[in-house]
Amino acid sequence: MTTLSYAVRDSAIMLRRDIRHALRYPLMSLGSVIVPVLFLLLFAGVFGRTLRAGLGAAVPASGGYVDYLTPGILVMTACSSAETTAVNMSMDMTEGIIARFRTMAISRTSVLTGQVLGGLIRAMISAILVVAVALALGCRPTATAIEWAGATALFALLALAVTWLTVSFGLLARTPAGANSLSLLIVVAPFVSSAFVPAATMPAGVAWFARNQPFTPIIQTLRGLLTGTAIGHDAILAVAWSAAIAVAGYLWARSLYNRNRA
Amino acid sequence: MNESSWLRAVDRPVCPAAADAASAQDPPRAFGNAARLGIKVRGLRKSFGDMVVLDSVDLDVEQGTVFALLGPNGAGKTTVVRILSTLLNPDGGAVRVGGFDPVREAGRVRSVIGVTGQFSAVDNLLTGAENLMLIAGLCHLERQAARRKADELLRRFDLADAATRTAATYSGGMRRRLDLAMTLVGEPRVIFLDEPTAGLDPRSRRTMWQIVRELADYGITLFLTTQDLDEADRLAGRIAVLDRGRIVAEGTPGELKQRIPGAHARLYFADAGALERAAGVLTGSSRDNDALALRVPADGTPASLTALLASLDRHDLRPERITVQACDLDDVFLALTADPRQET
Repeated sequence: MTTLSYAVRDSAIMLRRDIRHALRYPLMSLGSVIVPVLFLLLFAGVFGRTLRAGLGAAVPASGGYVDYLTPGILVMTACSSAETTAVNMSMDMTEGIIARFRTMAISRTSVLTGQVLGGLIRAMISAILVVAVALALGCRPTATAIEWAGATALFALLALAVTWLTVSFGLLARTPAGANSLSLLIVVAPFVSSAFVPAATMPAGVAWFARNQPFTPIIQTLRGLLTGTAIGHDAILAVAWSAAIAVAGYLWARSLYNRNRA
Repeated sequence: MNESSWLRAVDRPVCPAAADAASAQDPPRAFGNAARLGIKVRGLRKSFGDMVVLDSVDLDVEQGTVFALLGPNGAGKTTVVRILSTLLNPDGGAVRVGGFDPVREAGRVRSVIGVTGQFSAVDNLLTGAENLMLIAGLCHLERQAARRKADELLRRFDLADAATRTAATYSGGMRRRLDLAMTLVGEPRVIFLDEPTAGLDPRSRRTMWQIVRELADYGITLFLTTQDLDEADRLAGRIAVLDRGRIVAEGTPGELKQRIPGAHARLYFADAGALERAAGVLTGSSRDNDALALRVPADGTPASLTALLASLDRHDLRPERITVQACDLDDVFLALTADPRQET
């Protein structure tokens, strides 16, 4: 076998370990699934009517607020899932088993890759649940099969990116609680984006941030794919931001994982 | 273990990487061929910030022997293990583990070593069997071979009944045994045991000692750290004493014992007069006037104490109380370090 196939095999073993943890202790993963669903219910079901009225022309005349909201909630789903990964990673680092892995002749980053792949699966399952609830709340996506595939691919890329970033948080923080706090930054970041209301409706300074932060083009692209709003150059920005965050997160995580040797 | 194959002879590695390492014919010239699967350390230095943890440490562990690194908390024992097992880079010095450099050839070192740390390196959320299967998978054992190996080790380490329970429910002794079993899955030729019996009850401790002896019988090179002189004495062929980052003594247990004071008895008397007369009777004793006590060399056997009391009795002297103290680590340090700690 080649080095690459060993790396794949080691990562698969680490993924199996992560899935086994998740199945044995489902409560650990449940939070990251429930939070986005609760936000969906809260914003669509409780604030939805008022927000719909306030948004006016920003939402297609035929659509409800839930159509506007769902892409933003999907981004929150990826972030909330990644938050769980940060806590898992940090908990893992406090266990002696990581020291054992480090002294074994295995692919060095397979521990991290296993966590990220586990997080990705968790995010995908959460996303399916969120979409199901959104449909039940009256969301009516206009996406074709190809647009669904595009949205799925972008979501997966986003989940991969934020998960690599939060794996770094998990390695950086000394405690699981610290990892959780750091990850909150990216969980709340979608609030100051076009997730809930258009950036244009915000005060000038905040609007500038909302317009230029990475989540906004991703949300706009998902929204365009699912509900047919204009995408424009947001698609390229969305992919570029996601790829950049993924690569930066991966490199950061790898260097943090190796830092103890110095 | 008799005919069971839980541990194969050391020349039959299972990890492909280990086989690769064993077949490598280019050991570093500086250290020659002799101790290929042993450990050699020269002038090892490590500091954390301003704190010097290891100050020019030299060690030699021959292939197939048991070596104990003895020292108190904070002496630098764990730092040595972390460097030898590729977890930490040294600041200076030359190190070879199984003939390989842990810094430049970390992968090769990892393929020949196994590490059982002070804090159990088990996955608490997995069962005993799953933990072993996990490691077997990472050693690239085929599924059937992995299961066979896991079953053997569970049986051997008395964990078969607990195989389907998560490690979180294990007692300290069981956890330590699982930890060592996981270390053995890859059939390492050099094993590091960092304080393998710290915090164990006496029974688990004896079980651990038994296991270590069996490993030694298989020709595995064992490097263990301990704070307990008795443990080092029982298990190791050679002992090095580490104190504040320096090796202060090195030799066989017999050689070390000759350099340190033996056990002694303390005899407490009712008044200064009795103490005075007893000191006259027992030559070679030293007096502690404040405590009204006499310190006499004694090995602690009933016969030696009977003889001691009989000789006092002949002069009508009866101590009020006797305590016997075995030679402990403090005695070793008193004897071996220039700067003695407070006596206990």
